[in-house]
Amino acid sequence: MVPISYYVILSAVLFGLGVVGFVFKRNIITIFMAIELMLNAVNLAFVAFGTEFNQLDGLVFVFFVIVVAAAEVAVGLGIVIVVARNRKSLNVEDVNLLKF
Amino acid sequence: MFILNHLWIILALPLAGFAISLLAGRHWPHKYVNFSSVTAVVLAFLAFCELAREFVHLAPQQPWIQSYFTWMTAGNFRVDFALQVDQLTMVMLGVVTLVGMLIHIYSTGYMAHEEGYYRFFAEMNLFMFFMLTLVMAANLVLMFVGWEGVGLCSYLLISFFFQKKSAADAGKKAFITTRIGDFGFTLGILLAFWTFHAVDFKTIFAQAANMPVEGMHSWGVLTSICLLLFAGAVGKSAQLPLYVWLPDAMEGPTPVSALIHAATMVTAGVYMVSRMHVLFSRAPAAMLAVAIVGAITAFYSATIGLAQTDIKKVLAYSTVSQLGYMFLGCGVGAYAAGIFHLMTHAFFKGLLFLAAGSVIHAMGGEQDMRNMGGLWKKIPWTYATMLIATLAISGAPLFAGFFSKDEILFEAYAGPNANHVLYGFGIAGALLTACYMFRLIFLTFHGKPRYDEHHVHAHESPKTMLVPLVILAILSIFGGWVALPPYWGGVNYFDSFLGPAFQTSSELAAKLNPSWVEPAHSLELQMTGIAVAVALIGFLIAWYVYILKPELPKKIAQGFRPIHQLLLQKYYVDELYEAVIVGPCVWLSRNVLWKIIDVGLIDGTVNGLAFLSRGVGGGLRHIQGGNTRSYAAWVVAGAVAVTIFFVWMVR
Repeated sequence: MVPISYYVILSAVLFGLGVVGFVFKRNIITIFMAIELMLNAVNLAFVAFGTEFNQLDGLVFVFFVIVVAAAEVAVGLGIVIVVARNRKSLNVEDVNLLKF
Repeated sequence: MFILNHLWIILALPLAGFAISLLAGRHWPHKYVNFSSVTAVVLAFLAFCELAREFVHLAPQQPWIQSYFTWMTAGNFRVDFALQVDQLTMVMLGVVTLVGMLIHIYSTGYMAHEEGYYRFFAEMNLFMFFMLTLVMAANLVLMFVGWEGVGLCSYLLISFFFQKKSAADAGKKAFITTRIGDFGFTLGILLAFWTFHAVDFKTIFAQAANMPVEGMHSWGVLTSICLLLFAGAVGKSAQLPLYVWLPDAMEGPTPVSALIHAATMVTAGVYMVSRMHVLFSRAPAAMLAVAIVGAITAFYSATIGLAQTDIKKVLAYSTVSQLGYMFLGCGVGAYAAGIFHLMTHAFFKGLLFLAAGSVIHAMGGEQDMRNMGGLWKKIPWTYATMLIATLAISGAPLFAGFFSKDEILFEAYAGPNANHVLYGFGIAGALLTACYMFRLIFLTFHGKPRYDEHHVHAHESPKTMLVPLVILAILSIFGGWVALPPYWGGVNYFDSFLGPAFQTSSELAAKLNPSWVEPAHSLELQMTGIAVAVALIGFLIAWYVYILKPELPKKIAQGFRPIHQLLLQKYYVDELYEAVIVGPCVWLSRNVLWKIIDVGLIDGTVNGLAFLSRGVGGGLRHIQGGNTRSYAAWVVAGAVAVTIFFVWMVR
């Protein structure tokens, strides 16, 4: 039996990697992947706690997150394609027209 | 019993006329507007006739009350939309619908060439609706609705020619001045509710009838209620000190002056005091106040009427004066006499105004009597009818005003609440009335023409205007015969008809003054003799000054210059009010309310808030730099902050 702390630590590490990628990467696809990483880190924490405390809520929540993530990917990739077509680039720093 | 069971029909007819004229009249030719609005009022009059036929079969002691729905309730405060009919209401209904109908017909001729024709008739119909609401209301609150509604219509119609500044100002003056009185009226209603826990007349009167009569010097709640209600009447009926709006109200078209500012609306105060007679009879101090205000106003405004040169202004002051007589009648407990004078006054004063309108029409808009003269040959019908009305108002024997004014003066001299000083004011006013009215006739119709006969072609008015004049003239002659004094061997139908409405008060008055005995007929005869003699003297003075010695008025004016100026300038009351009330009010509004409170406080707060949010927004907008990764950093920072907050919370 793997102790729960292992799962939590793994989840935290994955989440931290996701945050770092989210903030510091410039390629839009990479940022996207970082977001997915964060979501799945959270999923891992949900599943771990759900199993530990014998609560179905956490497990059910994971399905919701997966569904939302799928929807988000669909929309997000659509936006990425449009940006790539218009800007001929995937660098977020080139997408800066909407400002004060 | 159809109309008795459907009293609302009488109200609905003019209201429908108003709606039709207002909504559709703008693009209609005049004759359609005429048809809808005049028909509405004629039908209302016919409905009244049917009502009168049904009414005589009712038991006379109880008012007939029809309650349609509950208008509002709050706790034990409950107001019904309820209408009532009793003898007093019947008289008022008759006067309002009959005179209103005649003046509507007259207006179709008089207003034919004016702009805003449909607007005029819409507002006249609306006025009829509110006036009928006022007289048929079965509770104080509904009465107040009618009361304010006629005030609104009065305002709208005075400023009918709103492009003219003087007309717009006069409208505002009328509205604001009467509002001062209405404030008292409102307080009176509240105090009545506080005292009786009801606002409908039936309950109030039933409770008041069991209350003791209050003393002259020990005021109780009844006296307070009555004085507050009377404040409303003072404003609406243009008595001292709130009469100033009525002469200015002559800026409105002449039919409006005739209908609203002579025959009906301004008599609402008299009606209200008579309606509340159960309360007034138990408050002798309030009664005395009513009588004093009435008598002094009757005399005071008659003196002003002597010196005015505008034909309508003379009639306006005359109206104020005659309203004073009505209040004098009510104040000495002769409510029936007051209402009787109200009725005859509606006939002859309505006629005087309509005839004056006919004169103005003939002269092409000229209102100054100094520029008239010798008109009687040119407009004989107008002259004849106006002369009849003048005889009636002066109290020439057998004319309508003779009986009604006589009755009031007699009651003031020998009635249960007689007061000889007030009688003195009344009889002096009667002298002046005859004097200024014949001055008006002589200046307008007699002597040499003082206008340019080549430019002004005086012409008789069309038939639509003359027919109402003739009908009102007939009423001015015979209208008083419904109340022939008994010592003449006549029957006072009017008093016996109104008797049940005022029965409790007259019984009470007799009980309160046990020493009072019915005066002898010889005294009545003497009083009549005095009144007629006084009217004759007034006539002779006017005759001597304006016919025999036409150069005399100028000499008198110069010889008694200060007095003449005082009268011509209306005792400088307008100037006094301007200096004492209007001036400080305007100063306060301009310098404190506007420049400090409004500009400084209110605008300052609003502008300050706007300035603040603009500054903060201006600083914060730099966060939105267009750099996506900085947004990401903000999101992470926010998430961290939320996490820290919750961790700290849980601990």
